[in-house]
Amino acid sequence: MVDDQVSIPILTDSDIVSARQQARELAKRFSFSSSELAGIAAAISELARNIVSYATQGTVNVSLIEEANKKGILVIVEDQGPGISDIPLAMQDGYSTSNSLGLGLPGVKRLMDSFEIQSEIGKGTTVIVKKWVLR
Amino acid sequence: MKVPILKQGNILIATIQSALTDNDLLSLQDNLAHQVIQYRSQGVVIDITELDVMDSFATRTLRNIANILKLRGAKTIIVGMQPDVAFAMVQLGLTLPDIKTARDLDEGLTLLK
Repeated sequence: MVDDQVSIPILTDSDIVSARQQARELAKRFSFSSSELAGIAAAISELARNIVSYATQGTVNVSLIEEANKKGILVIVEDQGPGISDIPLAMQDGYSTSNSLGLGLPGVKRLMDSFEIQSEIGKGTTVIVKKWVLR
Repeated sequence: MKVPILKQGNILIATIQSALTDNDLLSLQDNLAHQVIQYRSQGVVIDITELDVMDSFATRTLRNIANILKLRGAKTIIVGMQPDVAFAMVQLGLTLPDIKTARDLDEGLTLLK
């Protein structure tokens, strides 16, 4: 059986492309619509970009998951960067996109079905998102 | 992956491919800014038909390109955005204000005439 998960180290901007392409390929195995696939790719692009912009290195982990009678994709994005001091502020719309360095977190939250963020100053940030296949 | 730029009359046509890195976008910005002067181009069509994702960086860079080209005396038209890409952009809260868009290359070229 083919692996139902991928882990992509993120160091440079070309890794952002690689992460969203590999995630899209994996998600294609479940019956996500093409607009959901575009949304997943965009969300992963934003999260991976945060690593390159703020943390310099981290990892994007994508896996296919099944729970009760639903199927979906789980994305865990972790970095060992400076951490986010004010998460509620980072989650505010406009805080990110108006600035030249966009966090894009509220947008990612809108694109996905669940969104969790943990951050510790000086240790790093972990974002966990899930998207389920609509039936 | 470098973005090819074609010259057609007094118009430049840049065709973006799917696997575009941030650096590819920035070099497209540089190349277009120079080539509109070099070729005395009055308009630039950026064809994003092949682009399968638009995130905040790509959106911001396209906006910057349009603004730079305007200062250089050329109009910019973005053509061919896929419906799925538009859908994801709107959900992310990304917009392209003040930038002309068209459905395909033909329509984009007509707008520049």
